[in-house]
Amino acid sequence: MKKNLPILIALAALLVLGVVRYEHFASAYNGTSFWRYISMFALISIGMAFVIITGGIDLSVGAVAALASVVSALASPYGGVAGVLAGAFAGLAVGALNGLVITHMRILPFIVTLATSLGAHGLALLLGHNDAVAISSDTSFAAFGQGDLFGLPIPGIVSLVAALLGWVALRSSRFGRHALAIGGSEEASRLMGLNVDRTLVAVYAVSGLLAGIAGAILAAQFGAGQPNEGVGWELFAISAVVLGGTRLTGGEGSIAMTIAGVALLGLVFNLLNFENGLGYISLSAYWQSVIRGLFLLLVIVLQARVLNRRAAPAKLTH
Amino acid sequence: MIDKTQPAAPLAADAQTGPGKKRRGIAIQREIVVLLAAIVFNLIFTDHFWSLQTFNVNLTQVVTIVIVGIGMTLVVATGGIDLSVGASMAIAGALAPMLFMNIEGPLGIVLAFTLPVLAAALCGVFNGLLVTRLRVQPIVATLVLFIAGRGIAQVVTDGSLQAFNNPTFQWIALGKVAGVPFQILLMLALVAVFTWIVRKTLFGKYLLITGGNEEAAYLSGIPTARVKLIAYSACAALAGLAGLISISVNSSSDANVVGLGVELDAIAAVAVGGTALTGGKAYVAGTLIGALIIQLLRYTLLAHGIPDAAALVLKAAIIIGAVYVQRRRGS
Repeated sequence: MKKNLPILIALAALLVLGVVRYEHFASAYNGTSFWRYISMFALISIGMAFVIITGGIDLSVGAVAALASVVSALASPYGGVAGVLAGAFAGLAVGALNGLVITHMRILPFIVTLATSLGAHGLALLLGHNDAVAISSDTSFAAFGQGDLFGLPIPGIVSLVAALLGWVALRSSRFGRHALAIGGSEEASRLMGLNVDRTLVAVYAVSGLLAGIAGAILAAQFGAGQPNEGVGWELFAISAVVLGGTRLTGGEGSIAMTIAGVALLGLVFNLLNFENGLGYISLSAYWQSVIRGLFLLLVIVLQARVLNRRAAPAKLTH
Repeated sequence: MIDKTQPAAPLAADAQTGPGKKRRGIAIQREIVVLLAAIVFNLIFTDHFWSLQTFNVNLTQVVTIVIVGIGMTLVVATGGIDLSVGASMAIAGALAPMLFMNIEGPLGIVLAFTLPVLAAALCGVFNGLLVTRLRVQPIVATLVLFIAGRGIAQVVTDGSLQAFNNPTFQWIALGKVAGVPFQILLMLALVAVFTWIVRKTLFGKYLLITGGNEEAAYLSGIPTARVKLIAYSACAALAGLAGLISISVNSSSDANVVGLGVELDAIAAVAVGGTALTGGKAYVAGTLIGALIIQLLRYTLLAHGIPDAAALVLKAAIIIGAVYVQRRRGS
């Protein structure tokens, strides 16, 4: 629990700063638009958390989201549901492919997903003929990104459901337990008789599926499938997971803390917008990445201190 | 995950002795055969392939990737990875024009070549300290500068494009020696120097042993932390140099674009070139060949009218295929 403190304190500090300093920060409007904005990142970060828990990594989620957004846009004339399902299925397919290559060809996840990210980007460009693909305005597809349900943004609800399912799955399902066990020691899991390969394929498929849904939201929100979007999303997701206190060695992790990591990274952007709105200073959007990087640095330095102190007696000190 | 599966240590130790050298020769041979096959294919099926221009076009395309890839090979050999090379390129690329556009004469040029590379090297020191002192995992440690580094370059330049026309500075990219662009010669020289460093120097031996089994290396008295620190610093400095070449080619520096995505290209070149990402091995010449294989494939597809996007899909297949073949050979 102790290692979660830095991020929770940072999150609380940013929230307090926002409420005290900016008049409209604590408004319903800002709340829902913030939620809508971070929902795509929340989805891919949940998938990334599962992948990292097994000791792997998925560098393809950004390109998969871009591919799914193009597929969704192409399918949107056949109805809103068809558009969403098509995007989700495209993501699922690439994710399953990742899992199958990793488990059957025994290649490092880093390399496999790096390669499929190139492949997915190429496929998105081919399907979109190197350009954005407008979504159909005749069907209800746009509502998946822009609409509200009971006054709450639909993408926000989707990400909340995904987070809750992920949270429950990790804590109490066989799937979640197996994922944690594989991350702890793949060899031991195999010897215990767990079906390691099947669990790994499922984990990468889930990551792809969530990236696919994020892609559908992207297309619906911006009115077009974007083959060149999604660059760097995978690293956003990895940062969110790391900020949430999960080490990349696997065997541990928390969905709730990952969402906290997403919220922290998103809040930096939100607060910068408000600060610029005040008009005293004009921080360009470029500061956003510098400040995000600093937050990441701060958290990993604090985590390293906690973790190294805990591990110090057992390990070599060099 | 990375270091559990393969007993890399004995292999790395073997590589220093007689039989190991033989194995190393075989290791790059397969990549050379693939490259030669690609060249022969083009000689037969691609019109006008055998010309100095084709040679120059294909090699200039890979110069920055290879120079970054050399450093990446060193870092990968330690069992690490550097995601921040693109950011280091952007920082060096942003600083250089500020120096030679504001300081007149040779001093400006000299400073424009040295200070940006030094600044990039500092990024590497930062990465190396995070990895060695705080024992942060390399992906996470270099993620910090991947995110913040480009932002720093953008803040410094206010995100605007710096256009320039400075033949003296740009000679590093545009100059020619006997019809061959200087940047190609520079790249080949760097490959030669770093191949020598890895194979013949004490640092090279330390590097491979550290990547093979860090615990054992440390216990046998090798300064593993310093070795890693040097690897990350050299990687970032080389990325800085690549940034200078990149802006010279374009006659402009745009912090949003310089070095964007180069980390993935460099890692792909390293992997296709036969250096396993598990550490303990470093084939600098292999990285050159890996980059050339990927580039030549792209060129072949373009020359036969297949769109660039399709080349990306094929590139994915090649990376997986190459690593799969290497993995089978290793086991």
